[in-house]
Amino acid sequence: MQHLLTFLAALGRAVLGLCRDAGTIALFAIEGVSHLVRPPFYPRLIGRAFVEIAYFSLPVVSLTAVFTGMVLALQSYSGFSRFGAESAVANVVVLSITRELGPVLAGLMVAGRIGAAFAAEIGTMRVTDQIDALTTLSTNPMKYLVAPRLLAGALAMPLLVVVADILGVMGGWLIGTAKLGFASASYINATIDFIQPMDVISGLVKAAVFGFLVALMGCYHGYHSKGGAQGVGAATTAAVVSSSILILALDYVLTEMFFSR
Amino acid sequence: MSGTTPKIRLRDLKKSFGGKVVLNGVDLDVAAGHSMVILGGSGSGKSVTIKSILGLIPPDSGTIEIDGRDVLAMGRQEREELNDRIGMLFQNAALFDSLPVWENVCFKLLAQKRITRARARDKAAEVLAQVGLDGSVGDLSPGELSGGMQKRVGLARAIAAQPDIIFFDEPTTGLDPIMGAVIDGLIVDCVKRLGATAVSITHDMASARRIGDTAAMIHKGRIVWTGPAATLGDTGNAMVDQFARGEREGPIGMELRK
Repeated sequence: MQHLLTFLAALGRAVLGLCRDAGTIALFAIEGVSHLVRPPFYPRLIGRAFVEIAYFSLPVVSLTAVFTGMVLALQSYSGFSRFGAESAVANVVVLSITRELGPVLAGLMVAGRIGAAFAAEIGTMRVTDQIDALTTLSTNPMKYLVAPRLLAGALAMPLLVVVADILGVMGGWLIGTAKLGFASASYINATIDFIQPMDVISGLVKAAVFGFLVALMGCYHGYHSKGGAQGVGAATTAAVVSSSILILALDYVLTEMFFSR
Repeated sequence: MSGTTPKIRLRDLKKSFGGKVVLNGVDLDVAAGHSMVILGGSGSGKSVTIKSILGLIPPDSGTIEIDGRDVLAMGRQEREELNDRIGMLFQNAALFDSLPVWENVCFKLLAQKRITRARARDKAAEVLAQVGLDGSVGDLSPGELSGGMQKRVGLARAIAAQPDIIFFDEPTTGLDPIMGAVIDGLIVDCVKRLGATAVSITHDMASARRIGDTAAMIHKGRIVWTGPAATLGDTGNAMVDQFARGEREGPIGMELRK
């Protein structure tokens, strides 16, 4: 009986801690977003964060998309050939890339790159008193550090996913035509005929949500880091892990919203 | 009334972190135009006192008045307006790594749109000259500066908006004695030029005598002595004199051994 009570107490503490963290993050997000509609605005900082996310993440997202498209074509061909359904390869590639793999893999790549960078930068500012310095310089740290990054994350990710969609499909086309024996025109026609606007739109909405999430978790963990270099390291890890898990969980929720019947 | 109202008045200020009491009823008056130095050992509550005045840490109880106005009762807008009149030099300067020196120096002026970016470079050079730095330093990033230069840039940033209250958090820590004296000299010059009220925290006795008109000793979260900074080391207060002389034996050491 005692063991059961101890277990239940530990479980209760964990659940309460989770609820508290979720509430704190939600309040942090609301405050960050509220600063986007209240002056002063910092277009220069939004632009800088946008370039950091969209432009400097382009190589890693592009490579991920191309190789994912290539692998997808190979795997689906080898699987579908058992049922004589090889012609569906182009359809599967474009659907998988636009609906799921484009936004999810781009989100995970950006979580590793940008989530970590935001957490490390803001965390270092926290432990070196730079955030306190902002306050003494009549500048709200949430408005200056967090709000521009949240907006840039939500705006930049869809652009990255458009590129990832195109390159992922191209990767599939490359393997389909060079290795699997598809005619280039028929592969492209199959791709264009099969894809629906909602396939792309749902992927872009997911991208915007994931971009916001990655920026939010990076900023949140960095903003609340403490304890010097070790604390900044822990904040960076927490930012990447939490945003990755949230991307995968929210991907399911958004897919349910868009496609469940 | 205004002649007798202190610029800064703290009454019964208390703050605990968890179960640890850091401020245990701090009472302090800082007269307008004076330079007050707060002395005390590590963990005695010096930094928490300053951060409470600046609004960075909310105290548990007590009052903080600036120019007779209760700071803790102010709304966000009023508090931000008050911060416009305050400058702060942090212990490690806390310069923004992502910005060049000139943007650091003119940060508050740019944030409040009191100056254009085109004009800010010239203004930064002007303020940097006041702390003995060449205008060309403005284009460097903080990471390229030595510790002493960072402190000077931090001082330039603190005075750029011409505040009437300036806080200095251990301004000479980590500097060699000569550079420490240089920084102290700059602080005295800047405070006099601006006619500002200054509050510094330090445990560097030489620095305290150079920059302070008055001094206060904080111990275990309470102000235990206030008097002229020039008398430090010979105040007649055993605790202050032990601290000022750096002696092992005395009331502070005895309490530590309990």
